[in-house]
Amino acid sequence: MAVDNNTARVGPNGKIIRPFIMPADLPGKINVWRFIIYRRIVQLSTLLLFFGSAHWGWTVANEPVLIGNLSASTLLGAIPLADPFAVLQIFLTQHVLETEVIIGAGIILLIYASLGGRTWCSWVCPINMVADLSSWLRRRLPIKDRFILSRNVRYTVLALSLILSAITGVAAFEWVSPISMFHRELIFGIGMGWMAVLGVFIFDLFVLRDGWCGHLCPLGAFYALVGKVAPVRILFDSPSCTHCGECARVCPEPQVLNLKQATEVEMIASGECTNCGRCITVCPEDTLCFGLRWQSYTSNESSQNFESHQ
Amino acid sequence: MTAKSSRREFLTRSVQGVALAATGGLVWSYLLQQQAQAAPHAIRPPGAHDESDFNAKCIKCGQCVRDCPFDTLKLAPAGDTVAIGTPYFIPREIPCYMCIDIPCVKACPTGALDPSLEVIEDSRMGLAVIDIENCLSWQGLRCEICHRECPVQNKAITVEHHPRKISKHAMFVPLVHSDACTGCGVCEKACPTQEAAIRVVQPELVQGMIGEHYRLGWTIDTPITQDFKPQKRTDDQAEPATGLDYLNQGDL
Repeated sequence: MAVDNNTARVGPNGKIIRPFIMPADLPGKINVWRFIIYRRIVQLSTLLLFFGSAHWGWTVANEPVLIGNLSASTLLGAIPLADPFAVLQIFLTQHVLETEVIIGAGIILLIYASLGGRTWCSWVCPINMVADLSSWLRRRLPIKDRFILSRNVRYTVLALSLILSAITGVAAFEWVSPISMFHRELIFGIGMGWMAVLGVFIFDLFVLRDGWCGHLCPLGAFYALVGKVAPVRILFDSPSCTHCGECARVCPEPQVLNLKQATEVEMIASGECTNCGRCITVCPEDTLCFGLRWQSYTSNESSQNFESHQ
Repeated sequence: MTAKSSRREFLTRSVQGVALAATGGLVWSYLLQQQAQAAPHAIRPPGAHDESDFNAKCIKCGQCVRDCPFDTLKLAPAGDTVAIGTPYFIPREIPCYMCIDIPCVKACPTGALDPSLEVIEDSRMGLAVIDIENCLSWQGLRCEICHRECPVQNKAITVEHHPRKISKHAMFVPLVHSDACTGCGVCEKACPTQEAAIRVVQPELVQGMIGEHYRLGWTIDTPITQDFKPQKRTDDQAEPATGLDYLNQGDL
């Protein structure tokens, strides 16, 4: 890249700050969009597995593939799966649960505790598609942020849903969750659940950017706590970073890109990271990549750019 | 900012935060109460006992709905009259055909449908009641379709004869027995009247209770010898007669 040394801005480590430029060719674009494409494939195929098993009789070895919905399901007629947050809420209503659903919740908890808690949010949750659409539109419309809400409000909502479950005797979030409503009605018949989905869309679009997923959703908060221990993380190679800020501009949870902390631990440590991979593909220096927390990562750009500037 | 005012600021903010959470919590719990009481008398799948117990334990996964071979069960979408996401059925549309292997109960992962229910005849989804003003049999016609369709044959519904005003012919009328009726709704589905004259409802809506202090000594099935034995009074226990024994005085 041709850089005019006189006008070029220089990062804190003496490297020239290069902006992210969207490739003009399609393969280049697809490369930038690759995680969005993977995520949509995972989200839609999960939905399709549920739908196909329920309505088109999809089977493997005479066993239905995936019966139920995201609250609880049975994989291949044998393996129980369940939403650990829903199970926790039912547990707090002081009702005795069957072992099947407890095993199912354990399996799902284990999966997200290894893949990163909020991997659920950006790779599986159907509301993510709505929230992403809202956020994509918002970036193209002249809508200013006029409303500030702490992102920690979600932990209050999380605490409230557990307390209210204990008080009212029904699973508090499960009874109002737009996620469960949307997913359930896509599989078992449409009711008024779309209104909740529309509510999330409008709220995110006009009121608060990433309002639902990034500020309020207690399920996201639950998985953020679960994800703190996850081995799968976004690794950070600090020498290559020019602090250009491209990653934070696309990140739905920009507070997780705490570069000071990331430099120390060489990864994105916050459980609130949804592992969506947007930052990885926009980084002009390839500073970020998926990996395991005990791995170390060095970008190819690390030395190169530095030398060219010298 | 002085230490004092920052402390005041902190306290004010904390109180505001707590108040906001409390307000939200109150509205939220109000919504939950409303929703939980949406249709307390919906007809639930077999093995669902108490409505509040069922509401708490049902995870709204729809596995019972998927495993029902007759497409009887539905999952209430948001905005339905029945509590959101819970399974129910409308007997007049598709009744429960009482599968002997009870696949819906087997499918339930949480135990909201009680897994200890092993014999489908023991399930109590509801109770059939007859509107005798509109029942064809009660008009003197030989209908009795409900009796013939009933899967708990000749136990849940029997046909009794009943005098028909001044006519020489008796009526043959169906009678539901709550000790055997499962509330499957096959009778409601089969009833030939325009609006079903036999319907499944939750027993607590229609069923009375005599009270334990009544002893029906003249009925065959009331075992009065078990816990109620007429005892001979000894003289010191005898109470003085409180009324006149006019029936035996012979001067009526």
